[in-house]
Amino acid sequence: MALLQISEPGMSAAPHQHKLAIGIDLGTTNSLVATVRSGLSHALNDEHGHALLPSVVHYLEHGAVEVGFNAQKQQNIDPHNTIVSVKRFMGRGLKDIDVSQLPYRFTEAGGMVQIETRAGIKSPVEISSEILKTLKTRAELALGGELVGAVITVPAYFDDAQRQATKDAARLAGINVLRLLNEPTAAAVAYGLDNASQGVYVIYDLGGGTFDVSILKLSKGVFEVLATNGDSALGGDDFDHRIFCWILETAKLSPRKAHDTRLLLSKAREAKEWLTEHSEANISCLLSDGEFVNLILSSDKFIALTANLVQKTLSPTRKAMRDAGLTIEDINGVVMVGGATRMPQVRKTIEEYFKQTPLTNLDPDKVVALGAAIQANVLAGNKSDEDLLLLDVIPLSLGLETYGGLTEKVIHRNSTLPVARAQEFTTYKDGQTAMSIHVVQGERELVSDCRSLARFELRGIPSMVAGAARIRVTFTVDADGLLSVSARETSTNVEAHIAVKPSYGLSEDEITNILKASFNCAEADKKARMLAEARVAAGAILEAVTVALATDSALISVAEKQAIEAEMQRLDLIKESQDDDAIHKGIEALNHATEAFAAARMNASVSRALAGKNLEDIKL
Amino acid sequence: MSSNLHLNYFELFGLSPKFNLELAKLESNFRKIQSESHPDRFVTASPTEKLQSMQLATLANEAYQTLKNPANRAKYLLALQGIEAIAETNTAMPLDFLMQQMEWREALEDATSAKDISALENLLREMQQEAKLLQTELGLLLDQDLLLNKNTDYTSATDATRKLIFIDKVYADINKAIEQLEATL
Repeated sequence: MALLQISEPGMSAAPHQHKLAIGIDLGTTNSLVATVRSGLSHALNDEHGHALLPSVVHYLEHGAVEVGFNAQKQQNIDPHNTIVSVKRFMGRGLKDIDVSQLPYRFTEAGGMVQIETRAGIKSPVEISSEILKTLKTRAELALGGELVGAVITVPAYFDDAQRQATKDAARLAGINVLRLLNEPTAAAVAYGLDNASQGVYVIYDLGGGTFDVSILKLSKGVFEVLATNGDSALGGDDFDHRIFCWILETAKLSPRKAHDTRLLLSKAREAKEWLTEHSEANISCLLSDGEFVNLILSSDKFIALTANLVQKTLSPTRKAMRDAGLTIEDINGVVMVGGATRMPQVRKTIEEYFKQTPLTNLDPDKVVALGAAIQANVLAGNKSDEDLLLLDVIPLSLGLETYGGLTEKVIHRNSTLPVARAQEFTTYKDGQTAMSIHVVQGERELVSDCRSLARFELRGIPSMVAGAARIRVTFTVDADGLLSVSARETSTNVEAHIAVKPSYGLSEDEITNILKASFNCAEADKKARMLAEARVAAGAILEAVTVALATDSALISVAEKQAIEAEMQRLDLIKESQDDDAIHKGIEALNHATEAFAAARMNASVSRALAGKNLEDIKL
Repeated sequence: MSSNLHLNYFELFGLSPKFNLELAKLESNFRKIQSESHPDRFVTASPTEKLQSMQLATLANEAYQTLKNPANRAKYLLALQGIEAIAETNTAMPLDFLMQQMEWREALEDATSAKDISALENLLREMQQEAKLLQTELGLLLDQDLLLNKNTDYTSATDATRKLIFIDKVYADINKAIEQLEATL
């Protein structure tokens, strides 16, 4: 084994070796990637000097795929095979989206929409993974090395299905996800660290397709989200759409084919952007039937057309303020994030509501990625001068279906993550051995108005009289905002433990099949990938334990230390074998051997943190 | 070495169990514990350490939310003494408080059907003031009872706690009514 280096707990074993980690803003309209170099967060540019990558994926003939500007050029020419704003479809079913104005051929599978392209039926997860792959390649080229992992941002108001879909897309792109980070929180990190701010801040994030508002309390490097709210289907795209409808109406055009729809939407977007700094915009284009459109849109007309869209953002803002228990006098600053906040009417409305000029000094398109990169750098274990801790919340309540199709809330919105809640159930019939549990997410009282997350059956309940069985179901939401459910029967000595993964995520087999189909080579087969992943996991735990022993071996006896080292040597040998099962068993054995050590380390670090001037208060 | 996971919420934050807590210290100690235990600190750690981090961070969140909210803090202090403030067998309330409750409920219904958001907001402020008074009362009752320990049955403190829990519930219902009205605007 290599010479041991001593470092801070949780930090890298080799402090001089900078680990390559990136932050990715996977946006509705544009995506970008950033990293921390020499202590500063930078967006990484493509070979033409562009930081922004249009979130557009074009499927060509013969299996080729293009992403970004080239794909964007194809959106009017080849609309069926050029997917724009795919983020709007993540974790969404057909009933959730208005397909009438979209040029795609939709189907549905596993509760999520799918799009028919010439390259076959593609899920939003696969399409998004193309964007992520492009950014990953860009980062690897720019940084010249293997990436440890990435922080990927999601709208704070994304529900569990949308988050799971994002994480699946990253896995499909071969990215190790260090954390899913809420976009407004990422923006706050970029702002907070740049401006050394303290106090309560509102992050108003109006992106291409999503709206988030988060209220954060900043102090000494801790970013505590007090409340978040939003609308995961409201953004700059809707402003384009208003202009599009106005064009159809004003030019008295009949409903259009896909090609013209795309063209007019592009013209609408150009007009919107032009109106940010001008009082009128000219919209002119030639349609496929030879008809020529030539219109002038004034900024006053544009403001009138979109007034209720801007107003629509105020209701979530008020909700977040109420949930945080704050009034506008408590707010130290309002930060504008997302390209759509460039529109003067948006800034004006927010300025009037909060009675202060919003902060716009960082580029609203880049700030999310910059913040994500800072967090990625910390999570990867690179030592940073700033002590950064993000305490985020779950945006929407989790509940269970009870009698009459009503929801019973188990975890309330704005609970700080991670959070776990247990709920006890019992049988209502004699001899009942199974029960079905339905988990939903949302604030409404009727189950049918909430999003269905998972439906599962608990089987093997011991046969007893009605009401005697005690089934304890535990809901856990991790720091990514992702739910897992476990259940056990507690009245008997037999404990059935069931882990339930929500049904909409991709299974291991599905991931493998998609990879196989896309690479079309033997290497991508399941076994080889499992082996590679097992080896990575073995390497990671060996490194983690090495670091832990180097720092804290004083906390355990010599015998305990030797037992751990024996398991380490064993795993070090097994990990070179071809047997991924054996490697996993070795990992488990080492893991088991370090349980007491891990507990001792955690206790010691917490005691250290609470020690000092608080000692006189401890009268236990 | 005993695990942090078995400490009661006050012990976890190194605070003495009483109602009149120093909230600034609660907050700073919560942050200190999260700084050491949050899963973000263990992204590259072993699975065992990740699990421990998850458990302690979850406990710290739960404990912080419980102690931060006055009604929950009072309920928790009573629970530590073996008293369940809200029990099905124990629902009696003083008559004057019952009358007061009905008035608030009526005011809530009237303002809701009149779609009068500002009346609802006034009602919110009224509830806040009521809650403040009760908290002052609870601070005296509960902290004194805790000092006396065995020589008290916590009756008055339990009554005050139940009132406070009730006020919290009305407060939440008013907020919900405002939210629903705003959604229909």
